[in-house]
Amino acid sequence: MATPTLANAPTLAQRARSIRRNALLMGEVQGQGYIAQALDIADVLAVAYFHAMRFRAEDPAWEGRDRFLLSNGHYAIALYAALIEAGIVPEAELQTYGFDESRLPMSGMASYTPGMEMSGGSLGLGLGIAVGMALGLKRKKSAARIFTLFSDGELDEGSKWEAIMSAAHHKLDNLIAIVDVNNQQADGPSKQMLGFEPLVDKLEAFGWFVQRVDGNDLDAVVGAFDAAMSHAEPKPRMIVADTLMGKGVPFLEQREKNHFIRVEPHEWQLALSALNAGDQS
Amino acid sequence: MKSAGSTPPGKPRLTTSAMIASIAAEGQRTKPAPFGHALVELARSREDVVGMTADLGKYTDLHIFAHAFPDRYYQMGMAEQLLFGAASGLAAEGFMPFATTYAVFASRRAYDFIHQTIAEEDRNVKIACALPGLTSGYGPSHQAAEDLALFRAMPNMTVIDPCDAHEIEQIVPAIAAHRGPVYMRLLRGQVPLVLDEYNYRFELGKAALLRDGADVLIISSGIMTMRALEAAQALSDDRVSVGVLHAPTIKPLDTEAILREAAKPGRLVVVAENHTVIGGLGEAVAALLMRSGVHPAFRQIALPDEFLAAGALPTLHDRYGISTAEVKRQIKEWLR
Repeated sequence: MATPTLANAPTLAQRARSIRRNALLMGEVQGQGYIAQALDIADVLAVAYFHAMRFRAEDPAWEGRDRFLLSNGHYAIALYAALIEAGIVPEAELQTYGFDESRLPMSGMASYTPGMEMSGGSLGLGLGIAVGMALGLKRKKSAARIFTLFSDGELDEGSKWEAIMSAAHHKLDNLIAIVDVNNQQADGPSKQMLGFEPLVDKLEAFGWFVQRVDGNDLDAVVGAFDAAMSHAEPKPRMIVADTLMGKGVPFLEQREKNHFIRVEPHEWQLALSALNAGDQS
Repeated sequence: MKSAGSTPPGKPRLTTSAMIASIAAEGQRTKPAPFGHALVELARSREDVVGMTADLGKYTDLHIFAHAFPDRYYQMGMAEQLLFGAASGLAAEGFMPFATTYAVFASRRAYDFIHQTIAEEDRNVKIACALPGLTSGYGPSHQAAEDLALFRAMPNMTVIDPCDAHEIEQIVPAIAAHRGPVYMRLLRGQVPLVLDEYNYRFELGKAALLRDGADVLIISSGIMTMRALEAAQALSDDRVSVGVLHAPTIKPLDTEAILREAAKPGRLVVVAENHTVIGGLGEAVAALLMRSGVHPAFRQIALPDEFLAAGALPTLHDRYGISTAEVKRQIKEWLR
C-alpha cells in the first residue's frame, strides 16, 4: 500500500483538499478547465491513490502497480492533481498545465504523462481497454488490479455496454470501475440526454457487483473501495459515485451547472480561499 | 436500381452473391488457411502471441489457432469496438494480439477505437482482416473498398495487402518481428498459391520486381498482382512486354523501388489495386511520382467511386475492371 503509516501522515481529507487545490491552481494557470468535475471527483481520487492502490511514485511503470485508466480524458486536470499529490508528477509542472511542450495537456494522453495509462478524450474507450488489461493481468497471474474511472455521459456510448457485458462474461474480478454520476454532460443534465437509470439494477442484471455511494462522502467511498477489493464473487466491480459538481467551493457548487464552467480571473483566488475556509470549519 | 448488369450473350448467368466466395480460379493451385497455420507456427516460439476475434474466428482462419492454443484465444463476441480496445489492453500488458474480423468492420465500425487505443498509443497489435476490397459478392455491407485509404491515413499504422498463400505465410512472422501496429488484409479459406514460382520472399516495406518488361510497368498489390502476372503472360502472346512490380506494403511505401522502376523511360505505368480509386496504392504512387518529378504516362486500374453491386465475383470483377481479361483489355486500349 502506498498509504504512509506515519502518525503524521496526511488524512484522506487533507489529500482530497490538496487535489482540489492543485486542480484550482492549474485552472488558474490556463484561466479555464473542467474544474467543476475535478472538484467533484477529488474525494474518489484521494481514496483511490491514498487508500486503495499500490504504486511506486518513483517508478510509475512498476509492473506490480495497480493500473488507473482515465476514460474521461477531460478529467485530466483532476488526475494530474492527484498524480502531483502522489509524487508521480513534480509539483513544479503544475505551472505548465495546457502550455506548449507541457507533459500535462488539457486532455489526458498516455504518451504525454507519467502515470497516465491510456489516451482518453474520445469517450467510451476506457472500459474496453480495461477488459483487455484485466485479461492480460490474469494471463500473467498478476495480483495487480485495474481501476477505471468514467463519466455518466459515457453510458450513452454503445462501446461501454459491450465492455460491461464482456467484463462479466470473462469474470474479471480484478477490475474495479467507478462511474462519476454528476448528472452533467455537454448539452445538459445526463439523465435528460439519454436516461441510464435505474443504473444499479441494470449493472447488477449485467452481472456486476455494484455499490452506489455519495462520492463526496470520504467514509462511504473508502467503504465502497474496501468492499469492491474484498468481494468474493468472481464478478467485475462497479462503484456508482453520485457527486456534486464544484464540490468544496461553495460558490461553484451553487453556480448554474455547466459542463465547462466559467470562472472569472479574480475568482480563482476566491475559490482557493473558499477551499481553505471550508477545510478549517 | 442496381444490379450486376445484363449477362453478355453466350456467357452463363452466375447466381451466387454469397458472403464468402473463393477468389481462386477453377483448377488454380491453393493452400488452406495459410494465416491460421502460420500463426500457430509463430505461437510455438512466441509465448506473447494471443488470438482475438469478434465472432469471426472460423471466417478469418483463426479457428486453426484456437484449436492449437485454446487458452490463448479470446472470443470477444460480435463487438468490434470492444475487440480493438481489449486488444490495446492486452498489448499494454506485454502481449501481442492478432485481432481478426472482416475488413469492413475494422475500417468502418471500429475506426476510432483502432485510431485512439492502438495507433495513437502505438500498441503492438496486429489486425488481420478478411474480405478486403471486392472479395465478397454480398454487397457494400461486406465490401471493404476503402480500407487501405482509411488505414493509410492513420499515423503509426503499417498497411499490408498480400497476394497469395505463400506471401501470407511469410507476413505473419515478419509483422511479429516488427514492433508496432499493423493492418493486414487477409485471404482465407482455400487461398491461391502463385508467388512460390517467382522465388519470392516477403520483406516488410519492400516491393519486388516479379517480371521485367519493356512496354508497360504494372505496380500492384494484393490479388491484383496475381491478375497482373496473368495479364502480362497473356499480353506477351500479343508481343506486349509487361513488367510487374509487386508492392504489398502500402505503408510505408517502397519509394526507392517504385521511383527506380517508374523512371525507366518509355513505359506506361499502370497501378492495379483491389480498392477504390480514391486514396489507395494508385494515388499513393501518383503523389510520389509527382513529388519526385518522375512523370511517366500513368493509368489506374481500381474499383470505381461508387457503391458496388451484389453478384457473383467473376461477374463483378469483369464489370469493375479488375479481372485478368479486363486488365489485359484496358492495357491494350491504352497502348493503342
